[in-house]
This record gives sequence, C-alpha cells and structure tokens, in this order.
Amino acid sequence: MSRVEIALGPLTYNWQNPAREALYSAAATEEAFDIVYIGETVCAKRIPVAAAVMADAAETLEKAGRKVVYSALSLATNESERRQVTDLCEVEDLLVEANDAGALRTLAGRPHFVGPHMNVYNPGTLEALAERGAVSFCLPWEVNRKGIEVMARRANDLGVVVEIEVFGKAPLAISARCHHARAYGFTKDSCQYVCDRDPEGMAVRTLDGQNFLTLNGLQTQGHAVTLLVSEVQALRDMGVGRLRLSPMNMDMNAVARVYRDLLDGRTDAATAEQTLLGMLGDREPANGFYYGVEGSTWAA
Amino acid sequence: MDNAVHTSGASTQGTASGAPLDPDHPMELVCPAGTPAALQTAIDAGAHTIYFGFRNRTNARNFPGLNFNEEEAARAVETCRKHGVKPLIAINTYADAEDDAIWKRAVDCAADLKAGGIIACDIGLVSYAAKTHPDLPLHLSVQASASNPEAVKFYHEAYGVRRVVLPRVMSVPEIAELTAAVTPVETEVFVFGGLCVMAEGRCSLSSYATGLSPNKDGVCSPASHVRYEQDGDVMVSLLGDFTINRFDAGETAGYPTLCKGRFSSDARTGHLFEDPMSLDATTILGDLRKAGVKAVKVEGRQRGKAYVAQVVRSLRDAIDGKTDASRSSGTTHLMEGLGHTEGAYRRDWR
Repeated sequence: MSRVEIALGPLTYNWQNPAREALYSAAATEEAFDIVYIGETVCAKRIPVAAAVMADAAETLEKAGRKVVYSALSLATNESERRQVTDLCEVEDLLVEANDAGALRTLAGRPHFVGPHMNVYNPGTLEALAERGAVSFCLPWEVNRKGIEVMARRANDLGVVVEIEVFGKAPLAISARCHHARAYGFTKDSCQYVCDRDPEGMAVRTLDGQNFLTLNGLQTQGHAVTLLVSEVQALRDMGVGRLRLSPMNMDMNAVARVYRDLLDGRTDAATAEQTLLGMLGDREPANGFYYGVEGSTWAA
Repeated sequence: MDNAVHTSGASTQGTASGAPLDPDHPMELVCPAGTPAALQTAIDAGAHTIYFGFRNRTNARNFPGLNFNEEEAARAVETCRKHGVKPLIAINTYADAEDDAIWKRAVDCAADLKAGGIIACDIGLVSYAAKTHPDLPLHLSVQASASNPEAVKFYHEAYGVRRVVLPRVMSVPEIAELTAAVTPVETEVFVFGGLCVMAEGRCSLSSYATGLSPNKDGVCSPASHVRYEQDGDVMVSLLGDFTINRFDAGETAGYPTLCKGRFSSDARTGHLFEDPMSLDATTILGDLRKAGVKAVKVEGRQRGKAYVAQVVRSLRDAIDGKTDASRSSGTTHLMEGLGHTEGAYRRDWR
C-alpha cells in the first residue's frame, strides 16, 4: 500500500506576522509534513499585510524540502480579490490549489490542486476536473465516508490523489459580508482587521449559552474541531492519499508527528486519539460529517 | 436558501436610485413554481419564464408536498409552451457520490421534454449534460456561486453554459462589470424573495446542525429538525440541538433559519449574520437593466399561489413600465421575516 502523506493546510485565521513566521519556520523543520499549503483562502485584505512574511515562509519551506502549494481565495468578487487569484494562478511554476471556478479556468491544462471549497461531491466532477489537469483533490468537509470511498477509488483509477482533512475547524460558509467585522460594528471595507484579535476565530454561542460556531473574517466555521484518528486506517484502506491538518493555535508539528506515528505503525489509534484529545484541551472534537450525521457531533 | 416563515412586513429601505426601465427592451421575468397550480398562477400573472424541479433530492427546494413528478413536468412544459412561456428545470443540487442516477435521469428527462433549459450547478452533471444533450441549454445555478468573470468563463468555455444566475453577494457595479466581461453569456439575478447571506452552494451550516445538507439534500434549516419549546414566557426556536432564537412574549416567533437567528459573541449579541430580512430589489430594477442583466428572478418555489400571483404581477408591471419601479413593490406584506433589503446589490450591506 502506498505511503499516505501529511499536509499542513492553509492558515485560515488572521495571525499577526510573528505568529505566521513561527508556524512556518517550525513546519520547515518537521519532516512529518510532506506538503505545506500557504496562501490566503478567506480574505484578500489580509494578503498584503502578510505578503513579505509569507514569501519568506515559502522560501524557507522549500529550502527545507517541504513541497509548497499555494491556496487561492475561496470567494473572489471584487477587483482586488479577483486580481489576487489571477496573479497567483498565472505564475506558471507555482503549484496552486484552486478554491473557485475562476482559478480553475486559469490553471487548466497544467497540474494543479483542487481545494475543499470546490464542490467535488461525486466521481463525475472529479473526472471532469482531472481531465483539465487537476492532480489532487481535498474533498469538502461534509462528504461522508461512503462518498470519500467512492471518490478515492475513482481517484486511484485516474492516478490522482484524494486528500481528507482530519484535524481542524471545518469552514461551513463564506460571505461577501464580514460578520466578524460586523460584530464589532464595522463593515468589510472599514474592518480595522479585527479578525486578528482571535487566533482561532471568535466563538458564536447560542442564546442558551451552547458553543456553536466560529467567526473567522468572511468565513464561518464550526465551533468543534474536526478530529479523525480512529478513522485513519479506514481512510488509508479506501485509498485516501493524504491527510490535511488545518493550523490551530498549538504545536502543529507535534500534531503531525502523532499522525505520522499512527500511519507508520509506531502508535495505535486509541493512543493517538488520547494524545490529540489531550492536546486539544478544552476544545471540543467532532467527527459527525465523516459518519454522515450532524457535523457538530462526536461519535466516539 | 431560505425558508423563513412569513411574519410581518416593514420597509427598512426604499431609496429610489435613478436608472429608468426601458419598456421596449424588457428584462425577462423568471418565476418559481412549486406546484402545477403555482405554475398556472405564474403564467396568468405574467411570467416570461418559469422554473420548477423534480420531486426528489435533485433540486434545492426538496420540501414535502412540493415539486413535480415526470408526468407533471411533461404537462408543465406543454402548458408553458402553449402560453409562450419558457420552462426551465432546476437540477441544482450536487449529485450523490454513490449513485448519481436520479440526477442524470433528471437531465435526460429535461432533454426529452425539450425544456427551455436546465439550471444546474454540479460540474460533473453539467459536463454530462453538455456531452449527452448538446442541444439542451445550460444555465448555471446560483448554487454554483460563480461570482467573477473568470468563473463564468470557465463554465462557458468548458461546458457551453449560456446563462449564469449570479450569487446574491455581488454589488450592482460588480454585476455590470461581470456582465460586460462574459458576453455572450447572459446574466440573471434574484430580485425578490429569500436572501442568502452566505455565498450559495458554499454553505454547510445546516449540515453541521442537522446532518442534512443544502448542497446534497436540497434543504436549508430543514423543518424535520425544527422545534419550538416554551421556556417560561420565552418561546425558544431550535434547529437540531441548537437554539436559533428566543422570543419574548409579544414577539413574533419566526422560523429558525440558521443564519437569521440571534446568537452571542464577545463583541455583540443579536443577529450576528443577518436580520430576518428578505430581498426586494424592485427599486433598482432600472440599475440592473442598465448593468446589462438579461433576466430577473423571483425566489420561492416553496411559497403559495397568492405570493406568486402578487409578486409576479407587481414585478411584471414594473418591468413593463406600468408602475414606478423607483418605489418599493407594494408586496412587502408577502415578504418573509421582518423587512426587506436590497442586500449586497448595495455595497453598504457588507
């Protein structure tokens, strides 16, 4: 059975530059990461602020032997958002992950990745995009195990990779309106970059005090952290080629090593799960999407 | 997607905006039909085009008691044709990974009936339709969330999509720019009905709370998972296990559409995503016309005949220049929620 890779997903939060620098210089030293996605998927306004740090990060990662993939924005509507996507996709020697159909158009005909914000729900879509040059597909979070199995099988037939996110808060929605800024009384245009105050997004609770969602700039995430560990063996058996870990405000290298040890048989699933639950601390875990039930639930 | 219940209406905006409508070049009015009766009502009220879907998961209004079986669809296409109205069939969810047979069947059926086109979003399905039925006109559903010219061109160049229904996240200047950039692809925009605050087809909030998905199952805040519980004087509305709103005595307890609920955060408590508003862009029909928009669309296959009759008639009169489109439509009482907005069409919405 071929080796299952591990990827560090794109940073979804608006971390300040020193924290970004720390994340990527650490990832550069971590051999458990086969691929590191950099790039901004949520808000184009964050890109110029972090540009210099992210450029340095890409260089550091590549020098250290990590494969770098550039994730494109998931919602590009205004001119500056569109330009960010087009400028990125037009650099021919970059490996880019498309997160909207506009990026797919520019990337057609050369190898590219398809990100989880693209609606790849069935083998027909996977085939249609593979025909146009897609070589790797990170499936949407809400695809359940049966869907993953069918698409991973087809991907293997086609010689492309299916990747599944196993760690991180699932993005659930994106809007042209910034609900995060709006909560502080600002608009998207006048946002004051308030999203950088919350390194794992701002909690949204119900009026009865239940934890529910997370505001992250234009994006709304679940409150719970997706955690697939005892499912990893099944994912491998289905033919999933890569696991994605979405950066949280914690030691992501340590998280990656737990998954590498699990994949390489140096630890078992129960131990790995206990270790990761311990690292999550008081964050709630969830795996409902995988089992085809409420995404917020944890079916232990 | 939105299925808030009809409560009261109160206009919160109504600013006139300028561009006049030209009755010699009317925009196409695209109207919903959730049932054969609503279809006839839409025809009588002046729809140029009517869209409907099959009674299964292939359409994004997969609600009990709605939609058409194949026989009803055949009759609907015939009825439309007799009245010079164009029938479109919405096949606007994402096909199941394990079994896409009902989605392909829906496309084949639309082609056999020689419908005026299908409204689809799934790339695999659009690709299938383009290969199998090259003469069947393809409209890109709002659920595909094509929000920039490059995205629209992708669907046009790859699959021959002729028209795109734009997501409700764009401002009028952005719509104008996109429309000019994607010629010959036509653009269609929603002007009345439910208002998605999230990019359509990019929202799995309902799946997170209920396990049922807008993209896969064609439901948003599904009624099967809605509960109302009395807590003293307070009426609590829930979706799955989550409280979506709490209404004091005297407040109208609305339907718990997830993104229209009241929540709390460290910054603010209230309608963190959107007030329970509906879309009414009647006052900017002229601006949309000037932006090059080919067709305007009414949301609401889940709504009754009275809604269809009044909304369609009012918009048709505005398009034909029989009423002053710079004023609100006079159909506010038919809106869902507590008021109406021009949404993202005005940039200050963001």
